[in-house]
Amino acid sequence: MNYLLLSAGFWEISFDLLIGFFETLKIFSVTLLIALPLGLLISFGTMSKIKILQKACATVVWIIRGTPLMLQLIVVYYGPGLVFGTGAGLSAHVSTYITFGINYACYFSEIFRGGIQSITKGQYEAGYVLGMTKSQIFFKVVLLQVIKRIIPPMSNEIITLVKDTSLARIITYYELIFFAQRYIKNGGLLWPLFYTAVYYLVFTAILTVIFNRIEKKLSYFKA
Amino acid sequence: MAYLEIKNFCKKFGNTEVLKGIDISIEKGEVLSIIGSSGSGKTTFLRCINFLETPDSGTMILDGETLFDAERDKKVKESALRTKRLNFGLVFQSFNLFPQYSVFDNITLAPLLQLKERAKKDKTIDYSEEKQKILDDAEKLLAKTGLTDKKAAYPCELSGGQQQRVAIARALALKPKILCFDEPTSALDPELTGEVLKVIRSLKGEDRTMIIVTHEMGFAKNVSDKVVFMANGVIEEEGDPKEVFDNPKSEKLKAFLTGINNKEGE
Ligand SMILES: Nc1ncnc2c1ncn2[C@@H]1O[C@H](COP(=O)(O)OP(=O)(O)OP(=O)(O)O)[C@@H](O)[C@H]1O
Ligand SMILES: [Mg+2]
Repeated sequence: MNYLLLSAGFWEISFDLLIGFFETLKIFSVTLLIALPLGLLISFGTMSKIKILQKACATVVWIIRGTPLMLQLIVVYYGPGLVFGTGAGLSAHVSTYITFGINYACYFSEIFRGGIQSITKGQYEAGYVLGMTKSQIFFKVVLLQVIKRIIPPMSNEIITLVKDTSLARIITYYELIFFAQRYIKNGGLLWPLFYTAVYYLVFTAILTVIFNRIEKKLSYFKA
Repeated sequence: MAYLEIKNFCKKFGNTEVLKGIDISIEKGEVLSIIGSSGSGKTTFLRCINFLETPDSGTMILDGETLFDAERDKKVKESALRTKRLNFGLVFQSFNLFPQYSVFDNITLAPLLQLKERAKKDKTIDYSEEKQKILDDAEKLLAKTGLTDKKAAYPCELSGGQQQRVAIARALALKPKILCFDEPTSALDPELTGEVLKVIRSLKGEDRTMIIVTHEMGFAKNVSDKVVFMANGVIEEEGDPKEVFDNPKSEKLKAFLTGINNKEGE
């Protein structure tokens, strides 16, 4: 591999980094897959009338949002081994998915909560007097209005996630930045590390376009 | 016994007694107007009728069926509540249309959801035929409220008067036995109130049973069969509209009417 790295030209390196980027993309996708539904559940929890559940969820959100993601990664990855002895513990991949999933779920849950609570009581009451069930009101009336309102903060958070994925490197998840750093270690080649910015930029540009499309799609109504 | 009989509705929020024993009876096809100053409990009363609030005491009998009895109905299941609510329609002061649906879909949303539920339980229902009926009904309601050309518009594209007419059509689509209005024109510019009142007046022509909370005294006087004046959570005076407006007996009603006349004279 060292030999390959040293003799590699621009396109080979670009391709190699693309493979690293796929790892980044994997963290990104799995995190969303976990954090979107989990975030919704947590937001329901923080809005629950059941006091214990509400307090428990609020405490989790406070702890997760109040400590660095990097620290959370270290605790999840190294913690079990320290407490139960080596051999216990999760792989770097699983640790990353769990930590990112929970971390982003907490941030999303606050966005969801804000969105859901911003819908006026009148919308629910209109649904009630039309004989609709609570779930019909949520899915047929409230949800799309909430989605419209949370698109801007969600797109912000999701674009932050693109770049946060690079933190996984510190618990040996080999993603894009790690791939680029190999070139420094093994051949003193610095530019691939700077070059990774292009991958992040292109990806966030694509996300921005997608979010703008959704925003435009939902601009036919005011809510 | 009257079509709708409400006895002794009381409602407290915390320590404030908002309704202190309201009795009302309406015959089928009658229009009852409720007037009264701000904070007298009119909205709360309508919300109790529509099962958005639960009265602390009292009973409500509609068409011989006891819909509510505070002694009996301490805890009512959500599904039972839905069925009870469907006896009534409510038009809000602030319209509360569903912004993401077109005018037509606002009107048909709830009836179609109900049809789907019924069709799931009862396989003998001819779904497409019933659906067509709902769509045809909605077209008729659009025509009746003068909104046929706004069928595909979204609420944000409509004036307040148009939005309120959609809200009326939406409530009528469920064929409520009694339609309630909570100050349907209070959120409108003065030049838009006429078109909404005209629609309500046309409903009176169809012998619909209605309860209207309003600050439009002229309208209340000539559309109602009966007027109720509420003050501080009690019915202070009630009766024939001409009697109530032209010959008020209680001091409070006199003061209230004078206040309104002064405001209108300004
Ligand atoms: N959910 C609630 N919690 C506490 N107090 C309430 C609640 N709803 C209404 N009230 C109080 O009850 C009283 C009557 O309110 P209500 O809205 O029924 O009056 P209203 O006659 O409709 O007045 P308006 O003409 O201003 O609409 C008011 O003092 C109000 O503050
Ligand atoms: Mg009111």
